Amino acid sequence: MTTTAIGTYTFPSRDRIENFHGLQLVYFLWDKHLMFSAPITLVLPPTLPFSEILGEVLPNLYGAHPQFAEIDWSTVEWELDGVAFIPMPTLTLTALGIDHKSLLRFRTPGLEGLAQASF
Amino acid sequence: MTSNVSITLQNTDDGRGIVAAIIADNPEAVVSTYPAMTKIDCPSRLIMNKTSIEQQLGREFDLHELNLTMVSISGNVDEDDDRLLLMWNV
Amino acid sequence: MNTPNPNERLRKLSLKERYAHLTRGLDWQPTYQDKKKIFPFTDYEGIKIHDWDAFEDPFRLTMDSYWKYQAEKERKLYAVIDSFAQNNGQMNISDARYINALKIFITAVSPLEYAAHRGFAHVGRHFEGVGPRIACQFQAIDELRHAQTQIHTISHFNKFFDGLHDPLHMYNRVWYLSVPKSFFEDAITAGPFEFLTAVSFSFEYVLTSLLFVPFMSGAAYNGDMATVTFGFSAQSDESRHMTLGLEIIKFMLQQDEGNVPIVQKWIDKWFWRGYRLLSIIAMMMDYMLPKKIMSWKEAWEMYFEQGGGALFNDLSRYGIRLPKYHEVAKAEKDHYSHQAWSTFYQYSHASAFHTWTPSEEEMTWFAEKYPASFNQLYRPRYDYWAKAEADGKRFYNNGLPQLCQVCQIPTFFTEPTDPTRISTRTKIYNGERFYFCSDGCHDIFEDEPEKYLQSWLPVHQILQGNCGGTTVPEVLDWYHLNQGADNFDYLGSPDEALWENWQSARKRVIAS
Repeated sequence: MTTTAIGTYTFPSRDRIENFHGLQLVYFLWDKHLMFSAPITLVLPPTLPFSEILGEVLPNLYGAHPQFAEIDWSTVEWELDGVAFIPMPTLTLTALGIDHKSLLRFRTPGLEGLAQASF
Repeated sequence: MTSNVSITLQNTDDGRGIVAAIIADNPEAVVSTYPAMTKIDCPSRLIMNKTSIEQQLGREFDLHELNLTMVSISGNVDEDDDRLLLMWNV
Repeated sequence: MNTPNPNERLRKLSLKERYAHLTRGLDWQPTYQDKKKIFPFTDYEGIKIHDWDAFEDPFRLTMDSYWKYQAEKERKLYAVIDSFAQNNGQMNISDARYINALKIFITAVSPLEYAAHRGFAHVGRHFEGVGPRIACQFQAIDELRHAQTQIHTISHFNKFFDGLHDPLHMYNRVWYLSVPKSFFEDAITAGPFEFLTAVSFSFEYVLTSLLFVPFMSGAAYNGDMATVTFGFSAQSDESRHMTLGLEIIKFMLQQDEGNVPIVQKWIDKWFWRGYRLLSIIAMMMDYMLPKKIMSWKEAWEMYFEQGGGALFNDLSRYGIRLPKYHEVAKAEKDHYSHQAWSTFYQYSHASAFHTWTPSEEEMTWFAEKYPASFNQLYRPRYDYWAKAEADGKRFYNNGLPQLCQVCQIPTFFTEPTDPTRISTRTKIYNGERFYFCSDGCHDIFEDEPEKYLQSWLPVHQILQGNCGGTTVPEVLDWYHLNQGADNFDYLGSPDEALWENWQSARKRVIAS
């Protein structure tokens, strides 16, 4: 559908990738851990290897949760934009198909949040 | 299905007189009191009569004065010189 | 021949006659100017009006009455404000935590009053019919009065408490204030009929009672005489605004059958937009009134499920049904305020008001009001966070939240069928992904993607480098947020120190 307007109504997206100065947005969501109330937005270089996501990015975001240290990364179930996904740590975001405004949702079987409250 | 119309009034001196007038003229009215305000619900229809309010307040009352005391309403409104009506399904 | 007797008093006109004189026959038809040029916004939305004179204000308010009673309202309000200031009313509130609700009010709600003033002045100019035009002009003046009286009343608290010093600047910049700002800008950039459906009907009639009525009663209960007075003074105009909302909807529906689907689509959209905006009110009611009157859930049941149910039952004769996704709102009522407060708690370092973990007494009240959700899902959070705080490890979220492209709220709401799973929705448009908090916001985007791809999402703006810098302190400076005073927890804040000082002075007097 289009917007009903008195004239032509087309605009560029305000969050198109060109506006991020060579970087791109990626969202992260750790399922069943509502201590972090919403998915988290990061701006990252497309050349970033996934190993840095695991080694630097996620610990900084989620390290305050007591279950984070217990994660066995070999059992983590990933979803990239709604599709099951197995990330290779050596590959970059671009190589893995993680593009601008992708959502990475991950589940940690056995670690379902605190107090049986998915917290 | 019968729906309630509703009016909420401030708990002021005028407000108390208006509430008393509404109760007198609408036997089915249900009154709920909260801090600073009173909510009145009534099935389908509620009437506010100028003469009843005047009796309660002991003075002349222009129905537009309700503007000073009303907090909220629910229902279709019809106002003339003598009464203000709130109603559903008309 | 009848010569009028100069000694006979003229019969006073009835209310109906006076209103008819005001709204009929004073207008004129243009002769040398094209009517379409004078009223360029009347037709393009697709609403067909055949007879503008069919609109009638059921209160039949006339100019003389309007000025007379508005002046009376101002006199009453200012008497109270003066008395409150003179008698140090700020010392008599229930607890200084309460002031944080006023901080949200002055930054999130009062600027909307001003925006509404502009919106109604615009629509009042552009409607062709005199009845609706006059009703909109009254309302434009009312809304300006509301903005002014709110700023004036709350300025007294600004002398003592933090976070109240620059509300309009904050409204234009602070991340969570883009929620009310974008709501109103969405409405004001629509055509006149959609604007009235959005603001007069969906917001004023269907939803604002939830904002002004129980919250203002709560202000009274918490000893804030000044706020309850401006609140009810504004709300007394609101009854008239609500009536304009209902009458304009009925007017559109009666004028042409073709208007029905357009109006229904707007009702669906603006119910959802308004409901999402009220998530902040839900949190104010449940968490920010130290003495409580009714829960968000009870207010929703009273004002929407019962009151709104009666309204939509009445409108069903025109072929209008309850707004789409009203059942989602019903499912969310057990969670709404708790999820909002949890979010602000973890972003307290970046907010212009204080947060806290609720007391045991409050949690008992929550458990009673929210038996299906509180002890199971939300009490464990506060227990954990309170303990972390006591251990010196107060929890903050290090990341910036994803925001909904439409309502601009962090996508923190959970699935209507599963309160342990975050709800996100996606749509690819022109090769770009967009995210939403719900099906409601997703559908609004899908209907007008060109409008919402312009959204100024604060998180993305920060990451594009448009908000004063790349670090949190730089961004907070750009917000004019006084760091260390306005933000973080209530405990340890200058507000708390001041309040405790007043309380101990009072105890010394009692003891002596």
